Amino acid sequence: MFLTDTDIQAILLTLRLAAVTTVILFFVGTPIAWWLSRTRSRWKGPIGAVVALPLVLPPSVLGFYLLVTMGPNGPVGQLTQALGIGLLPFTFWGLVVGSVFYSMPFMVQPVQNAFEAIGERPLEAAATLRASPLDRFFTVALPLALPGFITAGILSFAHTVGEFGVVLMIGGNIPGVTRVASVQIYDYVEALEYGNAHRLAAVLLTFSFLVLLALYAWRPQQRKL
Amino acid sequence: MKSLRTLTLALAFGAAANASAGEGQIAVAANFTAPMKEIIAAFEADSGHKIQASYGSTGKLYAQIKNGAPFEALLAADQKRPALLAEEDLGEPDSLFTYAIGTLVFWSADPDFVDSDGEALNKGDFDKLSIANPKLAPYGEAAIQTLEALGLKEAMEPKLVMGENIAQTYQFVDTENAEVGFVALSQVMEGGEIKKGSGWIVPGEMHAPISQDAIILSSGADNPAIKDLFGYLKSEKAHAIIQSYGYETK
Repeated sequence: MFLTDTDIQAILLTLRLAAVTTVILFFVGTPIAWWLSRTRSRWKGPIGAVVALPLVLPPSVLGFYLLVTMGPNGPVGQLTQALGIGLLPFTFWGLVVGSVFYSMPFMVQPVQNAFEAIGERPLEAAATLRASPLDRFFTVALPLALPGFITAGILSFAHTVGEFGVVLMIGGNIPGVTRVASVQIYDYVEALEYGNAHRLAAVLLTFSFLVLLALYAWRPQQRKL
Repeated sequence: MKSLRTLTLALAFGAAANASAGEGQIAVAANFTAPMKEIIAAFEADSGHKIQASYGSTGKLYAQIKNGAPFEALLAADQKRPALLAEEDLGEPDSLFTYAIGTLVFWSADPDFVDSDGEALNKGDFDKLSIANPKLAPYGEAAIQTLEALGLKEAMEPKLVMGENIAQTYQFVDTENAEVGFVALSQVMEGGEIKKGSGWIVPGEMHAPISQDAIILSSGADNPAIKDLFGYLKSEKAHAIIQSYGYETK
C-alpha cells in the first residue's frame, strides 16, 4: 500500500476538519462579509482589521492565545466547562474553533468583495419591486455573489487543509482526533522517516495544486460571462 | 569622517578581541535549555568565549544539521542522533560523550495533586496525561516504558496527549490543559527542589536511562571555543549546575 493506515486516518481527519470548518464559516462569515460590504459605521475599519488578522499573525500567536483562553483558567475554558462541554484543547472541536478563526479572512474577504461588486442598483431595483430586505439578500445578493462564495469556500477549505501551527499548539497529536496530515508529516520528518514524509507530502502537494488549478481555471470563465 | 575612523578603529579592536576569545554556535536539546543558559553564562565569564545556542527538539536540530545548519556542536536529548552524526562523518567521533542523564517526573501544576509515591498515577483521577511523542523524544519513550512497567499503558492510552517535544509537553501541563504529565525533572526543578506544582520522581529502574550525548560537529572541530566548552561541560562547576536541575552526570 502506498500510504499507511495512519496516513489515511490523518488525511480523512484533515478533510473532515476542513469540511466542517468551511460549512461553519459559510454561516459565520457571510453575515460579517455582508455587514462589512454595506456598513458606513466607524467600526468597519476595526472589524475588517480583526477579520484579516490571521493573515498576518504567526499561527503560534493564535495557537498560544487559544491554548490559554480555552484552558481551564481561561475565559473560554471556564465557559465551556460551565456549559458541560469540557475543555476544547486536544479535541476535534477545539481544532474546528481554531480553524474557523484561522481561515476566517479566506471566507470573509472574497464574499465581501463579491457583495461590494454588486453595488446598490440591483438591490434598489429589487426594493422598488417591493422585495423585503431579506428577499433582496436571498434572491438578489446571494445569487449575484455566488462566484465569490465558491472562491471563498475553496480557499477556506484548502487553507484549513494547510493548517499546521495552530493544530500543533492545541492539538496534542492524538491519532484520529487531532493528528492531521500536516502534523503527521512533521512527525515523520522529526523521526527521520523521510520516505513516509515524502509520500504523504506528495499527496498534499498534488491535492493543493489541483484545488488551486481548479480555482484558477474556473475564474477566467467567470470573467468572460 | 571622524566617526567613520572611530568605527573602523572599533571594528579593528573588536576583531582583535575576537581572535583571542572565540565564538561558537551550538544546538541544544530543548529539555536542557535552563541548565545550558546557566552553564553558558558561567563559561563565558570564565573563558571570555562567546557561545550562541539554539534550542529545539533533537530531531529537528539533527535534520537542520544534516541540511547545512551552521552549528558547531550538538547537545542532544538522546544517544541516537549524535551517534548517527558521527557515523555520517558530520561529527567528530572522539568528542562524543554523555553530558547528562535525565530524570523523568510525573508532574501536575496543582501543588496538591501528585503525592511523592506516584499513587495519583495509579488512581488515574484525571482526563488528560501529557507525554512527549515517544517516537521523537526520549522522555516520551521513558514515559511509555514507565506506564508499561506499572501495567497502566492500556488504561492510560485514551488519556494521552502528546507534545512534539518535552517543552510543549510541559506547557500543556503548566497551562493546566492537561492535569498531569511526564516531564523532565529539569523543567520543574530549581536549586535542588521542585519549584512549582507537585511531582513524583519516577524511579530510574522503571525505564531505560535517558542518556543525553553531545558531539562536536565537523565545522567546529578546529574551534577552540567549542573545544573549551566541551572541556567545561565535564568540569565540576558544570556538573554542579547540571545536577542542580535534576540530572545525573557521569
